[in-house]
Amino acid sequence: MKKIISFVAGDILRNRTVLAYTAVLLLFSLGLFSLEPRPEKALLSLMNIVLVFVPLASIVFSTIHYYNSAEFMELVLAQPVARSRVLLVEFAGIALALVLAFLVGVGLPVLWHGAGTKGILLVLGGVMATVVFVALAFLGAVTFRDKAQGIGFALILWFFFALVFDALLLLVLYNFSEYPLERAVLVLTMLNPIDIARMMIITRMDAAALMGHSGAVFREFLAGAWGWVVAWLALLAWGAAPLAVAVRIFNRKDL
Amino acid sequence: MIRIESLAKSFGRNTALSEITLQLSAGQCIALIGPNGSGKTTLLKCILGLVKPSAGEVWVNGIPAAGNWGYREHIGYMPQVGRYPDQMKVRQVLELIRQIRGREAARHTDAGLIGAFGLEEVMSQRMHTLSGGTRQKVSATLAFLFDPPILILDEPTAGLDPVANELLKEKIRRQCERGKLIIITSHILSDLDDVATDVLFLQEGRMQFFKSLASLKEETREDRLSRVIARIMQREKP
Repeated sequence: MKKIISFVAGDILRNRTVLAYTAVLLLFSLGLFSLEPRPEKALLSLMNIVLVFVPLASIVFSTIHYYNSAEFMELVLAQPVARSRVLLVEFAGIALALVLAFLVGVGLPVLWHGAGTKGILLVLGGVMATVVFVALAFLGAVTFRDKAQGIGFALILWFFFALVFDALLLLVLYNFSEYPLERAVLVLTMLNPIDIARMMIITRMDAAALMGHSGAVFREFLAGAWGWVVAWLALLAWGAAPLAVAVRIFNRKDL
Repeated sequence: MIRIESLAKSFGRNTALSEITLQLSAGQCIALIGPNGSGKTTLLKCILGLVKPSAGEVWVNGIPAAGNWGYREHIGYMPQVGRYPDQMKVRQVLELIRQIRGREAARHTDAGLIGAFGLEEVMSQRMHTLSGGTRQKVSATLAFLFDPPILILDEPTAGLDPVANELLKEKIRRQCERGKLIIITSHILSDLDDVATDVLFLQEGRMQFFKSLASLKEETREDRLSRVIARIMQREKP
Protein backbone atom coordinates (compact mmCIF):
# COMPACT_ATOMS: atom_id res chain seq x y z
CA MET A 1 0.00 0.00 0.00
CA LYS A 2 2.69 2.48 1.08
CA LYS A 3 4.80 1.52 -1.89
CA ILE A 4 1.93 2.10 -4.32
CA ILE A 5 1.20 5.53 -2.81
CA SER A 6 4.86 6.46 -3.08
CA PHE A 7 4.87 5.44 -6.76
CA VAL A 8 1.85 7.64 -7.47
CA ALA A 9 3.25 10.57 -5.46
CA GLY A 10 6.68 10.19 -7.08
CA ASP A 11 5.11 10.33 -10.53
CA ILE A 12 3.23 13.53 -9.65
CA LEU A 13 6.24 15.20 -8.00
CA ARG A 14 8.14 14.90 -11.28
CA ASN A 15 5.30 16.58 -13.12
CA ARG A 16 6.31 19.94 -14.57
CA THR A 17 3.19 21.71 -13.31
CA VAL A 18 3.90 20.60 -9.74
CA LEU A 19 7.53 21.73 -10.04
CA ALA A 20 6.34 25.13 -11.29
CA TYR A 21 3.80 25.29 -8.42
CA THR A 22 6.57 24.66 -5.89
CA ALA A 23 8.75 27.32 -7.52
CA VAL A 24 5.96 29.92 -7.47
CA LEU A 25 5.25 29.25 -3.79
CA LEU A 26 8.96 29.57 -3.00
CA LEU A 27 9.06 32.85 -4.90
CA PHE A 28 6.09 34.25 -2.94
CA SER A 29 7.48 33.19 0.44
CA LEU A 30 11.07 34.27 -0.08
CA GLY A 31 9.97 37.48 -1.78
CA LEU A 32 7.62 38.49 1.04
CA PHE A 33 10.12 37.68 3.77
CA SER A 34 12.85 39.69 2.08
CA LEU A 35 10.60 42.67 1.24
CA GLU A 36 8.94 42.89 4.66
CA PRO A 37 11.32 43.22 7.59
CA ARG A 38 8.70 42.37 10.24
CA PRO A 39 8.04 38.63 10.02
CA GLU A 40 4.51 38.94 11.40
CA LYS A 41 3.45 41.27 8.60
CA ALA A 42 5.14 39.07 6.02
CA LEU A 43 3.26 36.07 7.43
CA LEU A 44 -0.04 37.92 7.17
CA SER A 45 0.55 38.77 3.49
CA LEU A 46 1.78 35.24 2.84
CA MET A 47 -1.37 33.86 4.46
CA ASN A 48 -3.56 35.93 2.17
CA ILE A 49 -1.76 34.61 -0.89
CA VAL A 50 -1.54 31.02 0.34
CA LEU A 51 -5.22 30.72 1.24
CA VAL A 52 -6.30 31.84 -2.24
CA PHE A 53 -3.63 30.33 -4.45
CA VAL A 54 -3.14 26.93 -2.76
CA PRO A 55 -6.84 25.91 -2.95
CA LEU A 56 -7.01 26.97 -6.62
CA ALA A 57 -3.86 25.10 -7.63
CA SER A 58 -4.83 22.00 -5.60
CA ILE A 59 -8.36 21.66 -6.93
CA VAL A 60 -7.55 22.37 -10.59
CA PHE A 61 -4.43 20.21 -10.71
CA SER A 62 -6.11 17.25 -8.96
CA THR A 63 -9.13 17.44 -11.24
CA ILE A 64 -7.03 17.45 -14.41
CA HIS A 65 -4.79 14.70 -13.08
CA TYR A 66 -7.79 12.50 -12.27
CA TYR A 67 -9.14 12.73 -15.82
CA ASN A 68 -5.69 12.16 -17.33
CA SER A 69 -5.19 9.00 -15.31
CA ALA A 70 -8.65 7.56 -16.07
CA GLU A 71 -7.30 4.92 -18.50
CA PHE A 72 -4.60 3.80 -16.11
CA MET A 73 -7.10 3.59 -13.25
CA GLU A 74 -9.22 1.37 -15.48
CA LEU A 75 -6.28 -0.98 -15.97
CA VAL A 76 -5.63 -1.00 -12.23
CA LEU A 77 -9.30 -1.72 -11.53
CA ALA A 78 -9.15 -4.75 -13.83
CA GLN A 79 -6.78 -6.25 -11.22
CA PRO A 80 -8.03 -8.03 -8.08
CA VAL A 81 -8.47 -4.92 -5.94
CA ALA A 82 -11.41 -3.07 -4.40
CA ARG A 83 -12.50 0.13 -6.10
CA SER A 84 -12.50 2.20 -2.94
CA ARG A 85 -8.89 1.25 -2.31
CA VAL A 86 -7.83 2.42 -5.75
CA LEU A 87 -9.54 5.79 -5.31
CA LEU A 88 -8.08 6.27 -1.82
CA VAL A 89 -4.56 5.40 -3.03
CA GLU A 90 -4.92 7.88 -5.88
CA PHE A 91 -6.16 10.52 -3.41
CA ALA A 92 -3.34 9.83 -0.97
CA GLY A 93 -0.77 10.01 -3.78
CA ILE A 94 -1.96 13.37 -5.11
CA ALA A 95 -2.49 14.88 -1.66
CA LEU A 96 0.92 13.71 -0.48
CA ALA A 97 2.66 15.14 -3.54
CA LEU A 98 0.92 18.52 -3.28
CA VAL A 99 1.53 18.71 0.49
CA LEU A 100 5.23 18.02 -0.08
CA ALA A 101 5.33 20.72 -2.77
CA PHE A 102 3.69 23.14 -0.31
CA LEU A 103 6.08 22.22 2.49
CA VAL A 104 9.05 22.93 0.24
CA GLY A 105 7.54 26.11 -1.21
CA VAL A 106 6.17 27.66 2.00
CA GLY A 107 7.13 25.45 4.96
CA LEU A 108 10.91 25.69 4.49
CA PRO A 109 11.05 29.50 4.03
CA VAL A 110 8.75 30.01 7.04
CA LEU A 111 10.93 27.80 9.24
CA TRP A 112 14.08 29.42 7.86
CA HIS A 113 12.86 32.86 8.90
CA GLY A 114 12.02 31.55 12.35
CA ALA A 115 8.36 32.54 12.23
CA GLY A 116 7.53 30.50 15.36
CA THR A 117 4.07 29.26 16.33
CA LYS A 118 2.30 31.61 13.95
CA GLY A 119 4.41 30.33 11.08
CA ILE A 120 3.69 26.72 11.98
CA LEU A 121 -0.03 27.54 12.08
CA LEU A 122 0.20 29.04 8.61
CA VAL A 123 1.93 25.90 7.32
CA LEU A 124 -0.68 23.66 8.97
CA GLY A 125 -3.47 25.79 7.50
CA GLY A 126 -1.96 25.48 4.04
CA VAL A 127 -1.55 21.71 4.39
CA MET A 128 -5.20 21.36 5.44
CA ALA A 129 -6.36 23.62 2.60
CA THR A 130 -4.44 21.39 0.17
CA VAL A 131 -6.01 18.18 1.48
CA VAL A 132 -9.54 19.64 1.57
CA PHE A 133 -9.37 20.94 -2.00
CA VAL A 134 -7.90 17.69 -3.35
CA ALA A 135 -10.88 15.93 -1.73
CA LEU A 136 -13.32 18.41 -3.31
CA ALA A 137 -11.59 17.86 -6.67
CA PHE A 138 -12.22 14.11 -6.39
CA LEU A 139 -15.87 14.71 -5.62
CA GLY A 140 -16.26 16.72 -8.82
CA ALA A 141 -14.15 14.39 -10.95
CA VAL A 142 -16.08 11.22 -10.07
CA THR A 143 -19.40 13.02 -10.58
CA PHE A 144 -18.78 14.43 -14.07
CA ARG A 145 -17.78 12.13 -16.92
CA ASP A 146 -16.76 15.08 -19.09
CA LYS A 147 -13.39 16.67 -18.32
CA ALA A 148 -14.49 20.22 -19.22
CA GLN A 149 -17.49 19.97 -16.87
CA GLY A 150 -15.28 18.60 -14.10
CA ILE A 151 -12.79 21.47 -14.41
CA GLY A 152 -15.68 23.95 -14.56
CA PHE A 153 -17.11 22.52 -11.35
CA ALA A 154 -13.69 22.76 -9.69
CA LEU A 155 -13.36 26.43 -10.65
CA ILE A 156 -16.87 27.23 -9.43
CA LEU A 157 -16.16 25.60 -6.06
CA TRP A 158 -12.94 27.56 -5.67
CA PHE A 159 -14.58 30.81 -6.76
CA PHE A 160 -17.37 30.23 -4.25
CA PHE A 161 -15.16 29.47 -1.25
CA ALA A 162 -12.45 32.01 -2.05
CA LEU A 163 -14.62 34.99 -2.99
CA VAL A 164 -18.41 34.59 -3.14
CA PHE A 165 -18.84 33.13 0.33
CA ASP A 166 -17.12 36.04 2.06
CA ALA A 167 -19.06 38.56 -0.01
CA LEU A 168 -22.33 36.91 1.05
CA LEU A 169 -21.17 36.89 4.65
CA LEU A 170 -20.44 40.61 4.47
CA LEU A 171 -23.84 41.20 2.93
CA VAL A 172 -25.50 39.40 5.83
CA LEU A 173 -23.43 41.33 8.35
CA TYR A 174 -24.20 44.64 6.70
CA ASN A 175 -27.95 44.06 6.46
CA PHE A 176 -28.34 42.74 9.98
CA SER A 177 -25.85 45.05 11.62
CA GLU A 178 -28.42 45.95 14.31
CA TYR A 179 -28.40 42.39 15.64
CA PRO A 180 -25.72 40.63 17.69
CA LEU A 181 -24.46 38.33 14.93
CA GLU A 182 -21.02 37.40 16.25
CA ARG A 183 -21.98 33.85 17.23
CA ALA A 184 -23.96 33.30 14.03
CA VAL A 185 -20.97 34.42 12.00
CA LEU A 186 -18.82 32.01 13.93
CA VAL A 187 -21.11 29.15 12.89
CA LEU A 188 -21.32 30.37 9.28
CA THR A 189 -17.54 30.52 9.09
CA MET A 190 -17.42 26.78 9.70
CA LEU A 191 -19.18 26.35 6.34
CA ASN A 192 -16.10 27.53 4.47
CA PRO A 193 -12.83 25.59 4.85
CA ILE A 194 -10.73 28.55 3.70
CA ASP A 195 -12.32 30.79 6.34
CA ILE A 196 -11.75 28.20 9.08
CA ALA A 197 -8.05 28.06 8.23
CA ARG A 198 -7.86 31.85 8.02
CA MET A 199 -9.55 32.30 11.42
CA MET A 200 -7.27 29.79 13.07
CA ILE A 201 -4.21 31.65 11.86
CA ILE A 202 -5.38 35.23 12.16
CA THR A 203 -6.71 35.04 15.73
CA ARG A 204 -3.20 34.18 16.88
CA MET A 205 -1.84 37.33 15.30
CA ASP A 206 -1.99 40.92 16.49
CA ALA A 207 -4.06 41.76 13.44
CA ALA A 208 -7.05 40.16 15.18
CA ALA A 209 -7.29 43.32 17.27
CA LEU A 210 -8.36 45.17 14.13
CA MET A 211 -11.39 42.94 13.64
CA GLY A 212 -13.57 44.64 16.23
CA HIS A 213 -16.14 42.78 18.23
CA SER A 214 -16.32 39.73 15.90
CA GLY A 215 -12.59 39.43 16.20
CA ALA A 216 -12.89 39.36 19.97
CA VAL A 217 -15.57 36.63 19.82
CA PHE A 218 -13.48 34.54 17.44
CA ARG A 219 -10.44 35.03 19.59
CA GLU A 220 -12.28 33.97 22.69
CA PHE A 221 -13.74 30.94 20.91
CA LEU A 222 -10.43 29.77 19.48
CA ALA A 223 -8.49 30.57 22.65
CA GLY A 224 -10.21 27.73 24.53
CA ALA A 225 -9.20 24.14 23.85
CA TRP A 226 -12.82 23.32 23.02
CA GLY A 227 -13.08 25.92 20.24
CA TRP A 228 -9.76 24.85 18.84
CA VAL A 229 -10.87 21.23 18.67
CA VAL A 230 -14.17 22.21 17.01
CA ALA A 231 -12.33 24.24 14.35
CA TRP A 232 -9.93 21.39 13.63
CA LEU A 233 -12.75 18.85 13.46
CA ALA A 234 -14.66 21.10 11.06
CA LEU A 235 -11.59 21.35 8.84
CA LEU A 236 -11.05 17.57 8.94
CA ALA A 237 -14.73 17.02 8.12
CA TRP A 238 -14.27 19.26 5.08
CA GLY A 239 -11.67 16.77 3.85
CA ALA A 240 -13.34 13.54 4.93
CA ALA A 241 -16.93 14.22 3.85
CA PRO A 242 -16.31 15.00 0.14
CA LEU A 243 -13.90 12.07 -0.04
CA ALA A 244 -16.45 9.67 1.50
CA VAL A 245 -19.13 10.80 -0.95
CA ALA A 246 -16.64 10.48 -3.84
CA VAL A 247 -15.84 6.87 -2.82
CA ARG A 248 -19.55 6.05 -2.69
CA ILE A 249 -20.15 7.43 -6.17
CA PHE A 250 -17.01 5.78 -7.53
CA ASN A 251 -18.03 2.36 -6.18
CA ARG A 252 -21.27 2.41 -8.17
CA LYS A 253 -20.03 4.04 -11.31
CA ASP A 254 -19.58 2.59 -14.82
CA LEU A 255 -16.06 3.15 -16.05
CA MET B 1 -14.90 -20.67 -16.84
CA ILE B 2 -17.09 -17.69 -17.63
CA ARG B 3 -20.86 -17.95 -17.50
CA ILE B 4 -23.06 -15.05 -18.54
CA GLU B 5 -26.82 -15.12 -18.06
CA SER B 6 -29.33 -12.75 -19.70
CA LEU B 7 -26.89 -9.89 -19.37
CA ALA B 8 -28.20 -6.45 -20.32
CA LYS B 9 -26.74 -2.98 -20.04
CA SER B 10 -28.16 0.36 -21.00
CA PHE B 11 -26.60 3.79 -20.64
CA GLY B 12 -29.55 6.10 -20.11
CA ARG B 13 -31.78 5.49 -23.13
CA ASN B 14 -29.14 3.70 -25.17
CA THR B 15 -29.11 -0.05 -25.00
CA ALA B 16 -25.52 -1.28 -25.18
CA LEU B 17 -26.17 -4.98 -24.53
CA SER B 18 -29.29 -7.09 -24.29
CA GLU B 19 -30.07 -10.73 -23.61
CA ILE B 20 -26.53 -12.07 -23.68
CA THR B 21 -26.32 -15.66 -22.47
CA LEU B 22 -23.03 -17.47 -22.89
CA GLN B 23 -20.83 -20.22 -21.56
CA LEU B 24 -17.11 -19.86 -22.28
CA SER B 25 -14.72 -22.68 -21.42
CA ALA B 26 -11.03 -23.33 -21.03
CA GLY B 27 -9.08 -23.90 -24.23
CA GLN B 28 -11.31 -21.62 -26.27
CA CYS B 29 -9.91 -18.61 -28.05
CA ILE B 30 -12.89 -16.45 -28.80
CA ALA B 31 -12.89 -13.81 -31.49
CA LEU B 32 -15.36 -11.18 -30.32
CA ILE B 33 -16.32 -9.24 -33.40
CA GLY B 34 -18.93 -6.76 -34.51
CA PRO B 35 -19.26 -3.27 -35.93
CA ASN B 36 -18.27 -0.14 -33.98
CA GLY B 37 -20.62 0.45 -31.08
CA SER B 38 -21.94 -3.12 -31.10
CA GLY B 39 -21.14 -3.55 -27.41
CA LYS B 40 -17.88 -5.50 -27.55
CA THR B 41 -15.98 -3.35 -25.07
CA THR B 42 -19.05 -3.06 -22.81
CA LEU B 43 -19.29 -6.86 -22.69
CA LEU B 44 -15.61 -7.16 -21.74
CA LYS B 45 -16.02 -4.43 -19.11
CA CYS B 46 -19.01 -6.27 -17.62
CA ILE B 47 -16.84 -9.36 -17.19
CA LEU B 48 -14.13 -7.24 -15.55
CA GLY B 49 -16.61 -5.50 -13.25
CA LEU B 50 -15.76 -2.08 -14.68
CA VAL B 51 -19.31 -1.68 -15.94
CA LYS B 52 -22.22 -2.67 -13.71
CA PRO B 53 -24.88 -4.65 -15.63
CA SER B 54 -28.45 -3.34 -15.69
CA ALA B 55 -29.73 -6.92 -15.56
CA GLY B 56 -28.38 -10.45 -15.65
CA GLU B 57 -25.28 -11.93 -14.10
CA VAL B 58 -21.70 -12.84 -14.86
CA TRP B 59 -19.83 -15.67 -13.11
CA VAL B 60 -16.10 -16.19 -13.40
CA ASN B 61 -14.91 -19.60 -12.19
CA GLY B 62 -18.13 -19.87 -10.20
CA ILE B 63 -17.75 -16.50 -8.48
CA PRO B 64 -20.37 -13.85 -9.29
CA ALA B 65 -18.70 -10.71 -10.66
CA ALA B 66 -21.23 -8.38 -9.02
CA GLY B 67 -19.98 -7.17 -5.65
CA ASN B 68 -16.72 -9.15 -5.81
CA TRP B 69 -13.23 -8.22 -6.86
CA GLY B 70 -11.15 -11.25 -5.87
CA TYR B 71 -12.16 -13.20 -9.00
CA ARG B 72 -10.12 -10.80 -11.12
CA GLU B 73 -6.94 -12.60 -10.03
CA HIS B 74 -7.95 -15.17 -12.68
CA ILE B 75 -8.00 -12.55 -15.42
CA GLY B 76 -5.31 -10.73 -17.36
CA TYR B 77 -6.56 -7.66 -19.22
CA MET B 78 -5.08 -5.69 -22.06
CA PRO B 79 -7.01 -2.46 -22.69
CA GLN B 80 -7.65 -0.89 -26.08
CA VAL B 81 -5.73 2.28 -25.21
CA GLY B 82 -2.82 1.93 -22.84
CA ARG B 83 -2.14 5.22 -21.08
CA TYR B 84 0.24 5.20 -18.14
CA PRO B 85 1.49 7.75 -15.61
CA ASP B 86 3.92 9.89 -17.62
CA GLN B 87 6.80 9.95 -15.20
CA MET B 88 6.76 6.29 -14.14
CA LYS B 89 9.43 3.98 -15.43
CA VAL B 90 8.43 0.78 -17.22
CA ARG B 91 9.90 -1.21 -14.34
CA GLN B 92 7.81 0.77 -11.86
CA VAL B 93 4.59 0.15 -13.77
CA LEU B 94 5.23 -3.61 -13.75
CA GLU B 95 6.13 -3.46 -10.06
CA LEU B 96 3.02 -1.41 -9.26
CA ILE B 97 0.69 -3.97 -10.82
CA ARG B 98 2.64 -6.76 -9.09
CA GLN B 99 2.12 -4.99 -5.76
CA ILE B 100 -1.59 -4.59 -6.42
CA ARG B 101 -2.03 -8.25 -7.33
CA GLY B 102 -0.34 -9.27 -4.10
CA ARG B 103 2.30 -11.78 -3.13
CA GLU B 104 0.46 -14.82 -4.39
CA ALA B 105 0.52 -13.45 -7.95
CA ALA B 106 4.21 -12.64 -7.85
CA ARG B 107 5.00 -16.34 -7.48
CA HIS B 108 3.76 -17.54 -10.84
CA THR B 109 4.97 -15.06 -13.35
CA ASP B 110 5.41 -15.47 -17.04
CA ALA B 111 7.96 -12.92 -18.17
CA GLY B 112 8.20 -14.47 -21.65
CA LEU B 113 6.91 -11.42 -23.46
CA ILE B 114 9.44 -9.10 -21.78
CA GLY B 115 12.23 -10.99 -23.50
CA ALA B 116 10.34 -11.55 -26.74
CA PHE B 117 9.52 -7.86 -27.12
CA GLY B 118 12.99 -6.77 -25.96
CA LEU B 119 11.52 -4.68 -23.14
CA GLU B 120 14.61 -5.10 -20.92
CA GLU B 121 16.21 -2.25 -22.81
CA VAL B 122 13.44 0.22 -21.99
CA MET B 123 12.88 -0.86 -18.35
CA SER B 124 14.44 2.36 -17.00
CA GLN B 125 12.67 4.67 -19.44
CA ARG B 126 9.74 6.79 -18.38
CA MET B 127 6.39 5.94 -19.90
CA HIS B 128 5.93 9.26 -21.72
CA THR B 129 9.11 8.70 -23.70
CA LEU B 130 7.83 5.44 -25.19
CA SER B 131 6.24 5.14 -28.61
CA GLY B 132 2.62 4.02 -28.92
CA GLY B 133 3.70 0.57 -30.09
CA THR B 134 6.08 0.09 -27.18
CA ARG B 135 3.37 1.11 -24.75
CA GLN B 136 1.14 -1.48 -26.41
CA LYS B 137 3.87 -4.07 -25.77
CA VAL B 138 3.92 -3.08 -22.10
CA SER B 139 0.13 -3.55 -21.97
CA ALA B 140 0.39 -7.01 -23.54
CA THR B 141 3.20 -7.99 -21.17
CA LEU B 142 1.11 -6.93 -18.17
CA ALA B 143 -1.85 -9.03 -19.32
CA PHE B 144 0.26 -12.21 -19.55
CA LEU B 145 2.68 -11.46 -16.70
CA PHE B 146 0.87 -13.21 -13.86
CA ASP B 147 -0.03 -16.28 -15.89
CA PRO B 148 -3.81 -15.93 -15.38
CA PRO B 149 -6.14 -18.68 -16.70
CA ILE B 150 -8.32 -16.13 -18.51
CA LEU B 151 -7.06 -13.44 -20.87
CA ILE B 152 -9.12 -10.53 -22.14
CA LEU B 153 -7.46 -8.64 -24.97
CA ASP B 154 -9.16 -5.55 -26.39
CA GLU B 155 -7.72 -4.77 -29.85
CA PRO B 156 -4.33 -6.23 -28.95
CA THR B 157 -2.70 -5.99 -32.36
CA ALA B 158 -3.63 -2.43 -33.35
CA GLY B 159 -0.44 -0.38 -33.43
CA LEU B 160 2.02 -3.26 -33.19
CA ASP B 161 4.68 -3.74 -35.85
CA PRO B 162 4.49 -6.98 -37.91
CA VAL B 163 7.20 -8.71 -35.89
CA ALA B 164 5.58 -7.93 -32.54
CA ASN B 165 2.21 -8.82 -34.01
CA GLU B 166 3.43 -12.31 -34.94
CA LEU B 167 5.10 -12.75 -31.54
CA LEU B 168 1.88 -11.85 -29.75
CA LYS B 169 -0.25 -14.14 -31.93
CA GLU B 170 2.20 -16.98 -31.31
CA LYS B 171 1.91 -16.31 -27.58
CA ILE B 172 -1.88 -16.32 -27.74
CA ARG B 173 -1.93 -19.59 -29.71
CA ARG B 174 0.39 -21.34 -27.24
CA GLN B 175 -1.55 -20.10 -24.22
CA CYS B 176 -4.77 -21.33 -25.79
CA GLU B 177 -3.23 -24.76 -26.36
CA ARG B 178 -2.23 -24.79 -22.70
CA GLY B 179 -5.93 -24.65 -21.85
CA LYS B 180 -6.47 -20.96 -21.16
CA LEU B 181 -9.58 -19.08 -22.08
CA ILE B 182 -8.81 -16.14 -24.33
CA ILE B 183 -11.20 -13.45 -25.53
CA ILE B 184 -9.99 -11.10 -28.25
CA THR B 185 -11.72 -8.24 -29.97
CA SER B 186 -10.29 -6.93 -33.17
CA HIS B 187 -11.30 -5.24 -36.39
CA ILE B 188 -8.38 -6.84 -38.16
CA LEU B 189 -10.03 -10.14 -38.99
CA SER B 190 -6.93 -11.56 -40.64
CA ASP B 191 -5.17 -11.35 -37.26
CA LEU B 192 -7.90 -13.45 -35.67
CA ASP B 193 -7.78 -16.10 -38.40
CA ASP B 194 -4.65 -17.75 -37.05
CA VAL B 195 -5.62 -17.80 -33.40
CA ALA B 196 -9.40 -18.01 -32.93
CA THR B 197 -11.22 -21.26 -32.25
CA ASP B 198 -14.66 -19.71 -31.90
CA VAL B 199 -16.41 -16.61 -33.17
CA LEU B 200 -18.85 -14.48 -31.19
CA PHE B 201 -20.60 -11.91 -33.34
CA LEU B 202 -22.33 -8.94 -31.72
CA GLN B 203 -24.56 -6.45 -33.46
CA GLU B 204 -26.38 -3.58 -31.78
CA GLY B 205 -25.82 -5.18 -28.40
CA ARG B 206 -27.31 -8.53 -29.40
CA MET B 207 -25.58 -11.82 -29.94
CA GLN B 208 -25.95 -12.75 -33.63
CA PHE B 209 -24.13 -16.06 -33.35
CA PHE B 210 -21.55 -17.92 -31.28
CA LYS B 211 -20.07 -20.82 -33.22
CA SER B 212 -16.77 -22.57 -33.69
CA LEU B 213 -14.64 -21.23 -36.49
CA ALA B 214 -14.43 -24.69 -38.07
CA SER B 215 -18.18 -25.08 -38.29
CA LEU B 216 -18.59 -21.57 -39.71
CA LYS B 217 -16.03 -22.30 -42.39
CA GLU B 218 -17.84 -25.49 -43.29
CA GLU B 219 -21.22 -23.74 -43.36
CA THR B 220 -20.06 -20.98 -45.68
CA ARG B 221 -17.44 -22.95 -47.63
CA GLU B 222 -14.95 -20.16 -47.13
CA ASP B 223 -11.57 -20.44 -45.46
CA ARG B 224 -10.81 -16.88 -44.41
CA LEU B 225 -12.62 -15.34 -41.45
CA SER B 226 -13.20 -12.09 -43.33
CA ARG B 227 -14.90 -13.99 -46.18
CA VAL B 228 -16.91 -16.06 -43.72
CA ILE B 229 -18.26 -12.92 -42.06
CA ALA B 230 -18.95 -11.25 -45.42
CA ARG B 231 -20.93 -14.34 -46.48
CA ILE B 232 -23.01 -14.35 -43.34
CA MET B 233 -23.75 -10.63 -43.56
CA GLN B 234 -24.87 -11.05 -47.19
CA ARG B 235 -27.07 -13.97 -46.29
CA GLU B 236 -28.79 -11.97 -43.57
CA LYS B 237 -29.48 -9.03 -45.86
CA PRO B 238 -30.84 -10.60 -49.06
